[in-house]
Amino acid sequence: MNLDQQPSNSPLTATKGISKDFSGVRVLDQISIDIFPGEVFGIIGENGAGKSTLIKILSGIYHPSEGQISFEGNPVTVKDPLAARKLGISTIPQEFNLIQHLNVFENIFLGQEQRSKKVFLSKRQMIQKTRTLLGELETKIDPKAKIQSLSVAQKQMVEIAKALAFESKLLIMDEPTTVLARHEIEILFNLMRKLKEKGVTMVYISHKLKEVKEICDRVMILRDGKMISLDPIDEVDEHLMAKRMVGRELSQIFPDKIQPVEEIVFEAKNLSEEKILKDVSFDLRKGEILGFAGLVGAGRTETAETIIGIRKKKRGSLWLKGKEVAIHNPSAAHRYGISYLSEDRQGIGIITNFDIISNITLSSLKDYCKFLIQHKRARKKAAGYVKEFGIRAASLKTKLEFFSGGNQQKVSLAKSLDVDPKILIVDEPTRGIDVQAKREVYHFLNQLARTGISIILISSELEEIIGMCNRVVVMKEGQVTGILSDEHITEHEIMLHATGLKGVA
Amino acid sequence: MAFRDFLKKIPYDKMGPYIALLILFVASSLASPYFLQLRNVLNILRQVSYTGIIGLGMTFVIISGGIDLSVGSMTAFVGGIVILTLNQFGGGVDAIWIAIILGVLMGMGCGAINGLVVTKGKVAPFIVTLGTMAIFRSLTLYIGNAGEFRSASRLFPEVGMGFFLEIPIPVWVFFILATVFSVVLNHTRFGRHVCAVGSNSRVAAYSAIKVNWVRFLSYVIVGFTVAVSAVLLGSRLNAISSTNAGLNYELDAIAAVIIGGTAMTGGTGSIWGTVVGAIILGIVNNMLNMLGVSPYLQGTVKGLVIIGAVLVQRKRGSSI
Repeated sequence: MNLDQQPSNSPLTATKGISKDFSGVRVLDQISIDIFPGEVFGIIGENGAGKSTLIKILSGIYHPSEGQISFEGNPVTVKDPLAARKLGISTIPQEFNLIQHLNVFENIFLGQEQRSKKVFLSKRQMIQKTRTLLGELETKIDPKAKIQSLSVAQKQMVEIAKALAFESKLLIMDEPTTVLARHEIEILFNLMRKLKEKGVTMVYISHKLKEVKEICDRVMILRDGKMISLDPIDEVDEHLMAKRMVGRELSQIFPDKIQPVEEIVFEAKNLSEEKILKDVSFDLRKGEILGFAGLVGAGRTETAETIIGIRKKKRGSLWLKGKEVAIHNPSAAHRYGISYLSEDRQGIGIITNFDIISNITLSSLKDYCKFLIQHKRARKKAAGYVKEFGIRAASLKTKLEFFSGGNQQKVSLAKSLDVDPKILIVDEPTRGIDVQAKREVYHFLNQLARTGISIILISSELEEIIGMCNRVVVMKEGQVTGILSDEHITEHEIMLHATGLKGVA
Repeated sequence: MAFRDFLKKIPYDKMGPYIALLILFVASSLASPYFLQLRNVLNILRQVSYTGIIGLGMTFVIISGGIDLSVGSMTAFVGGIVILTLNQFGGGVDAIWIAIILGVLMGMGCGAINGLVVTKGKVAPFIVTLGTMAIFRSLTLYIGNAGEFRSASRLFPEVGMGFFLEIPIPVWVFFILATVFSVVLNHTRFGRHVCAVGSNSRVAAYSAIKVNWVRFLSYVIVGFTVAVSAVLLGSRLNAISSTNAGLNYELDAIAAVIIGGTAMTGGTGSIWGTVVGAIILGIVNNMLNMLGVSPYLQGTVKGLVIIGAVLVQRKRGSSI
């Protein structure tokens, strides 16, 4: 291992031969690393490479099957997350661990409430501290707001604040930027640099190689539970990282665009709803991939939810092939051939205690029923998806809670496809999944468009929008500020519209 | 060593109740020579079938994420109405049929009321059924003047006291309903939807499942099972006591469901588990009687069994 960068330092934490087995399957194999005080230690790898497993072991959620962890030179057993916190290890988890009904500050101090006279909660003090923390993150979140009222990006900021609330020596971040927009990522990185100056050590897990390159000091690459390499960041570039992650050369990420036919299959006219949408109008052609870009909170998800009838529309109409349709609930949307893949995977996409088969066929179960469910047929269909999407699972009967994020997302995609949609709305379909899985999703969406399915792609990653879409609807604060096509689809143009510097707002 | 490996491979989370039943069965047959007599076994089965049948319906409600505390009072209420109807129509075969059909409709109606308030009124199931529990009992007491509803029919007892192939009718009904409901839960769209709603109602709603309709139906189902149980109970005694009939049935029914491995938080569960849960409770009672334990202490043992069952399940669940 290359230690010559920190010759005099002793490591803050070290793992020696850490391995983890899940029901006989080795998901982490003999990992030995030293993490030095004040460094940002990057970990990258594909879905299921073992990144999350490793940090779950460090933060006491899982116990290693083999191996030893030491912290500040002493061997330790991290019994549970509380023990980790006592050692000075905080984690920003990949999936949110926030309690929906509680306020922001209550969540931040959960389990560590500050009290006066050892009995009463000193709310004012906690609110004040929360405000300071959120201030450092430059977000305008009310400490007294309920978690459920926050957007996904805001929740992420609260998670970060929660981890920062306690003086931690080791701060583990599991893909903290997947739901953040570019300027929010900038804020986070600045904060990380400040923390680093204070001597805080950070473990940074991400799929975004550019970010790893930007913020990390060293990077470890995992593949199939094994450590492939560990190098100072200057010695590897993005291309090499990607190659090592996948284990071979990556071919073209985005497939060639196809030109849709002129036939308009779907139209939204002056769509408005209670909270944020105002007069959203657009049309969708057959076989088109229509992008929806905008900053977080621009109303893109709300547009989708209004179309499928989860949200009540106040005004406006939906037209399918020139005929007005009334869609009051998701089952009506399904009847009209509109399917929605949500951005909040675990919240509304899949049922984690169901197996693959039951999840995939959840919306389409009617097609498998002749009064009784035809289990064989459902099984066969699910097996088909597993093969087609390369879903990695021990068996079709495995519950989804044991799946990595990327595999869950593939199941979620299979589920929204199994209703045979004519129009597929995908909301942040590649959030939190690795390059290889992303590429698979892109090619798959492209394939679908080729068969004549029209796709609405909501995404915060401009690269994705630019690489995939025929036209792009840009939104700002619940309104459409522009519909761009062809050579106008550029990062610059999209951002001008998204921030309201251009277009009618 | 091989045996130990074998023991390790048993899927305890699913098999737990069955293993408990097996152990209890063996222990009981060793403890008392009378236990294994056919008459005793059939007797246990008949005793548990009344609350067991209600437990079947309760399984759906609990899996869907609800609870029904009103089933005991509802049993008395529906039973009382059945006997009044029976007397009204003269107590013949026709009268029995009319009474049964009306009873079943009544039960489903009562369940529908619970279901409507839960889904349309958006009131917590615990509160709603706590309320209707009081209401059904009070209505029964009022109609029956706090006394007994006595049937004048000589034929009616045949229903609940009769045998078919040496096995009591209530036991047949219990097992037939269990078979049907097990198929419904595991092999129909409705059953899958019940599990989905109980696991995560938001996911269910986004997956185009009519969440409220599913929850509503689960209360109608438990109402149906209450009616069946009420008819069997009424015919066994040829009477329904407005004060005592169905008393604490909700506890026994819920206990059977929980012991059977259905999660109180909803989402997963098993009909045959509930059957086993009910039988475990029955055997425990039976053994305590045979061993001469004071009836006052039987509640203690029952309570320990319930808590123990949940403890065992909880341990398994958390040991990932």
